[in-house]
Amino acid sequence: MTTRTQEYLIERLGLADVIAVARKKTVPLHKHSFWYYWGGISLFCFLVQLVTGILLLLYYRPGPEAFESVRQITFETHFGWLIRSVHNWSANLFLLSVFIHMFSVFFMKAYRAPREFGWFTGLGLLGLGLVFGFSGYLLPMDELSYFATKVGLDMPSNIPIIGPPLANLIRGGLEVSEFTVQRFFTLHAVILPLLFLPLLGIHLWLVQKHGNASPPEEESKPIVERKSIPFFPNFLAKDLAMWLITLNVIALLAAMFPWQLGEPADPLSAAPVGIHPEWYFMSQFQTLKVMGRLFPGFAGEAIGMGLFTVGMVLWLLVPFYDIRALAAKRAKTATYFGIAVVGGLIIMTIWGYLAV
Amino acid sequence: MSDIRESTDRENIAAAFDEELDPEAAEFTRLGFVKVIGGIMTLAYAGAIGYPVYKYLSTPVEKSAEMAAVKEVNLPNLDKLPKGSAYMFKFGVRPSLLIHHADDTWTALTAVCTHMGCTVAYNTATAGIECHCHGGRYDAKTGENISGPPPRPLKKFVVTVAAGSVTVRRA
Repeated sequence: MTTRTQEYLIERLGLADVIAVARKKTVPLHKHSFWYYWGGISLFCFLVQLVTGILLLLYYRPGPEAFESVRQITFETHFGWLIRSVHNWSANLFLLSVFIHMFSVFFMKAYRAPREFGWFTGLGLLGLGLVFGFSGYLLPMDELSYFATKVGLDMPSNIPIIGPPLANLIRGGLEVSEFTVQRFFTLHAVILPLLFLPLLGIHLWLVQKHGNASPPEEESKPIVERKSIPFFPNFLAKDLAMWLITLNVIALLAAMFPWQLGEPADPLSAAPVGIHPEWYFMSQFQTLKVMGRLFPGFAGEAIGMGLFTVGMVLWLLVPFYDIRALAAKRAKTATYFGIAVVGGLIIMTIWGYLAV
Repeated sequence: MSDIRESTDRENIAAAFDEELDPEAAEFTRLGFVKVIGGIMTLAYAGAIGYPVYKYLSTPVEKSAEMAAVKEVNLPNLDKLPKGSAYMFKFGVRPSLLIHHADDTWTALTAVCTHMGCTVAYNTATAGIECHCHGGRYDAKTGENISGPPPRPLKKFVVTVAAGSVTVRRA
């Protein structure tokens, strides 16, 4: 672009204001700055999901033809295997980077005032991301996705009184069928994006509004000792470099380990041996299994679900009880809680994989 | 260049090569190099992403083109098509007309109007072909455009009638 065209566009579109805002924005520079990239990586993975998801929409047919259409995408459409594989790998990387982002925010105590709503919207986005994963998993309607959904929907049906009708409504019947695929598709491709995009907009606005948080030990330093770099163009350039690395990782994984398609779902066949959920549901799966062994019958599941609920509420409300004004001891409690959660998730996940 | 501490990397390099120090030239070559490499990388990524996406999008176009490339269509039992009537069939992907005239001759034509691509109809009363979109008319035996907007005749096929079937071939 010539300088004259640039000047013309900057003048006519009022870009000078945008550039001024972008230049004023800074990103703190310290030994934990690396963790600031993970929100951006999550955003990039989401954009990849958006693009590949739209591409898959062109050929995917929900309902009774679901498996056949995914088979055609995978084996008959040029590069269909690649688009589908990228969509799957990027979905997994999205959740992984969101988890890393969340834990880095937790340990940097970036949820503290004035950033409480960044934390809440972020957890909302993670929740939607997990539902994205769960609903998307069924769409190929192969053996594995069929049983994963069957087992997954068995959980809400154990909630007393409202559970069974709720599960039936989600399923569109008493068993997982083409109606379930149609519903999950609507959820995955219409409802969830409609909820996710505005929430993401608020989340990004809040990041813009309040800026990046520094960890407490950094904030306790006098202002003159704190370092920062401009967001534009310095941090953005680094962010984009991270996006490029992420793109390469996704491309490598998708090309070298293409996502498989199993046998078509058969409601009359037995569940395949060693069936297990995706890694992001593994710790919950294993906890429920262990609880079921410790407390046979309904009690095991009730205790397990109760434990999750209490843990998630405590996790969500951390900005309210881990407050700056309170003594350092209280602040450490939250950190220990965080370490316990990370440790618990990792141990239960590994245990889960060893047990299959 | 009197004070070593003041000299920049660029000056050091320039001095090392014993060149006339021209900051603008040094800036240009370095920046130019980065720009060229960056441009090539961008093109490589655009190609590596664009090509699969283009091929993915064009899969049905290729399948359709393959279907359109058929040379011959066999229509079973259509030898019994009554005189003075027509039958619409697909030659490859395009709608086409098989007409059994009152004088026992046969004609097959593409049924796509040469004006704006509407599908034409055989009128049994007038024994002619007409397009309902813009009133174009064609001769049912030759496909010649008789009146209205069509600029060209309808394309004719070669018809072979056998016992039990009719074969339509590209002329």
